[in-house]
Amino acid sequence: MSKNPTPALSEVEHIKARSRNLRGTLAESLADPLTGAIAPADTQLIKFHGSYQQDDRDLREERRQQKLESAYSFMIRTRLPGGVCTPKQWLALDELARTYANGTLRMTTRQAFQLHGVLKGDMKSTMKGMEAVLLDSIAACGDVNRNVMCNPNPVDSRAHEVVYQCAIRLSEHLRPKTRAYYEIWLDKEKVVGGEEEPIYGSTYLPRKFKVAITVPPLNDVDIFSQDLGFIAIIEGGELIGFNVLVGGGMGATHGEAATFPRLADVIGFIRPEQLLEVAENVVKVQRDYGDRTNRKHARLKYTIEDRGIVWFVSELEKRLGYTLQPARPFAFDHNGDRFGWIQGHDGRWNLTLHIDSGRVADTEGQRFLTGLREIARMHKGDFRLTPNQNLIIAGIAPEDRPAIESLVEAHGLTGFRSASPLRLNALACVALPTCALAMAEAERYLPRVVGLLEERLAAHGIEKENILLRITGCPNGCARPYLAEIALVGKAPGRYNLFLGGDQRGQRLNRLYRENIDEAGILAALEPLFAAYARERLPGEGFGDFTVRMGHVASPPAVERAVPAAVGA
Amino acid sequence: MTPSVNASSIPALATPLGQEKSALLQRLVEGLDSASLTWLSGYLAGLAARQLPVTLPATQPAAAPQAAPQGSLTLVYGTQTGNSRLLAERLKQRAEAAGLAVRSFRASEYPVRELKNERLLYVVISTQGDGDPPDDARGFFDFVQSKRAPALGQLRFAVLGLGDSSYPKFCEIGRVLDTRLAELGATRLFARAECDLDFEPVAEPWIGEAVEHARKELGAETALATVTPLRSVQVPPTFNRENPYPSQVLANQRITGRGALKDVRHLELSLEGSGLIYEPGDALGVVPRNPPELVAAVLSELRLDGSTEVTREGRILPLQRWLTEALELTRLSRPFLASHATRSNNTELQRLLAPEGGEALRALLASHQVIDLLRAYPAAWSAEELVGALRRLTPRLYSIASSQKRVGEEVHLTLSVVDYEAFGTRHMGAASYYLSTRQADQDMVDVFIESNERFRLPKDPSRDILMIGPGTGVAPFRAFVQERAETGASGRNWLFFGEQHFRTQFLYQVEWQEAVKQGVLHRIDLAFSRDQGQKVYVQNRLREKGREVYEWLEGGAHLYVCGDAKRMAPDVDDALLDIIATHGGKSREDAKAHLDSLREQQRYLRDVY
Repeated sequence: MSKNPTPALSEVEHIKARSRNLRGTLAESLADPLTGAIAPADTQLIKFHGSYQQDDRDLREERRQQKLESAYSFMIRTRLPGGVCTPKQWLALDELARTYANGTLRMTTRQAFQLHGVLKGDMKSTMKGMEAVLLDSIAACGDVNRNVMCNPNPVDSRAHEVVYQCAIRLSEHLRPKTRAYYEIWLDKEKVVGGEEEPIYGSTYLPRKFKVAITVPPLNDVDIFSQDLGFIAIIEGGELIGFNVLVGGGMGATHGEAATFPRLADVIGFIRPEQLLEVAENVVKVQRDYGDRTNRKHARLKYTIEDRGIVWFVSELEKRLGYTLQPARPFAFDHNGDRFGWIQGHDGRWNLTLHIDSGRVADTEGQRFLTGLREIARMHKGDFRLTPNQNLIIAGIAPEDRPAIESLVEAHGLTGFRSASPLRLNALACVALPTCALAMAEAERYLPRVVGLLEERLAAHGIEKENILLRITGCPNGCARPYLAEIALVGKAPGRYNLFLGGDQRGQRLNRLYRENIDEAGILAALEPLFAAYARERLPGEGFGDFTVRMGHVASPPAVERAVPAAVGA
Repeated sequence: MTPSVNASSIPALATPLGQEKSALLQRLVEGLDSASLTWLSGYLAGLAARQLPVTLPATQPAAAPQAAPQGSLTLVYGTQTGNSRLLAERLKQRAEAAGLAVRSFRASEYPVRELKNERLLYVVISTQGDGDPPDDARGFFDFVQSKRAPALGQLRFAVLGLGDSSYPKFCEIGRVLDTRLAELGATRLFARAECDLDFEPVAEPWIGEAVEHARKELGAETALATVTPLRSVQVPPTFNRENPYPSQVLANQRITGRGALKDVRHLELSLEGSGLIYEPGDALGVVPRNPPELVAAVLSELRLDGSTEVTREGRILPLQRWLTEALELTRLSRPFLASHATRSNNTELQRLLAPEGGEALRALLASHQVIDLLRAYPAAWSAEELVGALRRLTPRLYSIASSQKRVGEEVHLTLSVVDYEAFGTRHMGAASYYLSTRQADQDMVDVFIESNERFRLPKDPSRDILMIGPGTGVAPFRAFVQERAETGASGRNWLFFGEQHFRTQFLYQVEWQEAVKQGVLHRIDLAFSRDQGQKVYVQNRLREKGREVYEWLEGGAHLYVCGDAKRMAPDVDDALLDIIATHGGKSREDAKAHLDSLREQQRYLRDVY
């Protein structure tokens, strides 16, 4: 007998177990006219259906005094493997955003769309509107495989097509098989009798699970931040297989040393036909060994950290019945987007637009929502959401280019040309007022802080440098802050932890530089570093590399992930 | 008749006091005027009340089936807001003080078959809505109007009408009854009078006249005074309409969310130390003041000086104060309009006032405040003339939104702030604007309790109740649910609430959620009219739940409606008829009879305005 009693399962585990494959009391919650909210247990289950219950935190206190409940609404996130959507789908989402949501579309760092501010009574109509154009939000959140990311390479359309199809197959293979979504949101017939969840089982995973594929030399998906990553190895234009990475993750909790961001380990190489079984078995190892007692310690990275990568690989290989081949060489250039017009190998044009924080909205002088609607009405190719919250209008025939160009001009979508490198590369999560986890502003703060930093960079003549800034409202890492050269991680209203020292390829974690500082503190901390960088940087040296080389932040060997073999190419 | 009592009138009294006390009584009342006698009667009644054992059932004088004795005065009153009752009671006291035998009835309790035997009848009755009788007088009114009404050759009568002159069919019911009684052969003893909201100036002389006529008619034969029956075991409150209580504002909280089209306030007022007691269903009278901006606008429009001292009815105040504290500016009365029409010599206005001007006059009275009239049809007014012509500022009544069993020495109100643009300027409602601008913990408001016996919870706590209260009509139901929770009433509570938008106008949302959770609100149905393409109102929800509503009613439930009298109340009435017809398998006519019988049983009660 063990001396210590088995630690209790977390509450969410009980909710999942009782949920009859994610049904819970969602139907009853939706029908309750007395509240705009759903039952507390259902707020856990609705995540698996791609939605979070949120409330406008700006209004909480005011409404409490008004004897009104909080201003509840729902965020709905699409499942959109590889971030590819058709013009027809764009138009449908645009209409849903204006009819049921807050009149904006939000493009996420995982290449999905989010609708914000959908009221409970409009949820089903929204889901049905998505279904009409073959979109759903299944497993966009929750303790399951989330949206599968894929480098939206606009140049090599053949390679993109191959890996994009892999992303779709992964997404389908790892999709929960319960019919709950169809019953609850789409009024489809109820399943009679038992229902199997072949990969997940009835309690799904201990925590969220993130999968991405990328094609070197681009690392825009930040492959080292994923639970499970695949690096496509292409030789002579043919996909010959994937390097497999496991155990990456961004999330951490302030003040808890047992939580930390971690870069994924490269554990070997597989052939394309092994993709699904490898993915399935990685998921199953995590299903069986992940920590279900503590949700802050439940990601795959902790399972691997606790048991060792050697154990993990052997457990995986045992289940697969074969060993992984040694990883193939690869090299990454950078993890940003290539803005502007690029002609693909097929002769078609691709335009990468910059969208601040991925927010597609009509504001004064910038009519992004209207402009992109107009473009979608005439566009014959597709749209690709980038992992950096930007948008590619892909596959434009040469003769259509002028028309698209004039719509871009007419609606102020020209930031890709005019914005500073700092602004072009910056990421921010949604944070306040809707995200329940946010401790500080992120998306709403980004324009201001970028403006202030631009001034300082210009003062030192380094405004043309590609500096990677990411802001999140909390330490959970939605905008992958721990890979940025400068990261602001929210701590309290107006206060942030400042991290420095990431690279521009997504291969090195940054380090905490200043804790709990306000805006003046941020500027004061960066000012001397900008000055030094302007004077003392090496040719082509990035700001993050500079801060590490000069010893402003430590770079412990364990943090930088070794890449096998020499740089190819 | 002199206003004081002549000692020689006492010895005729057969009293239970014995010789010695009778002599003392005689000395006591000697030379007293009628006001003092009235006070004394109340004082003595209060003393009596204190001595009554609590177990004694409240006496029900009106319901007691007494044969109409020859030589007694019969009073019938119909009331919606309580004013007619107040005046009828005053008349009764005065008449009894004058030694007359009086029977007084709420119209709903008057046995109409006795009408043919009455010799002297006074009717005090209000008009509500579009020339409708008050709820409690429907049966009486219908009977008198009907072919079944008997010939009344033996009867002498008089009518006091009450109303609101901002409605075109001002005092219509009083007028119709007055005409009809004469038609039936009765003799009008003296001319009908019509009271506006500010009823005292007309009512007081009418009551004096009524008592005098009654004495002449009956005096010789009725030397026997009946003992004043006590209405209930209650000490009369020290503070009342004439002497309101200055109440501290404890809270003034907007309870509609951002973006709501209405500004609805929750007010909490202190009754600490006032001794004021209220029951769920009662109203709070609030003595308002006109907005300072409005007073300034009137002064400037008429080029009058606010500091000019003006006398009216023996009271001297600067014009500024007359307009702020004492006279109506936000409600336009027909007499003022008539006076202004003459003054401005405006033919358009005069045409409106002619008999054929009905609809247009109604529209003008409803849409214009005094200032709008002054601006649209300029005319000169002196300070004295203006003060003399404006109607007295009357207290506003708000249904109380709290139970004293829950809130103790506080009273809560729910009010919608009247604040809108018209004729290019901002318009405010006097009382709602006044209340909404009071600061918590700082300002005082003059208030009194206006009892409303017509809107009471069932005496039997095991009865179910259905409450239909859209908008601020929900106020008394907050009190009802609090009361039933505090008293542990076993009957079920079902609320129908409606507004425009769920998100911003679900009044007291958090409290209803809590009440449902605590099991003190058993059902709640909601209708938010503007949250979907098709408008949905409480009456739609009622119909949807028709079967259950009918079952509740058949099970003895009491049904209450509070709120808008113009559209909501008739629509709900109509829905109820449909429900009774559909689920009770009744013809429309039988359904109507069924609903009428619920009304007579006081199981279908309305507080509509």
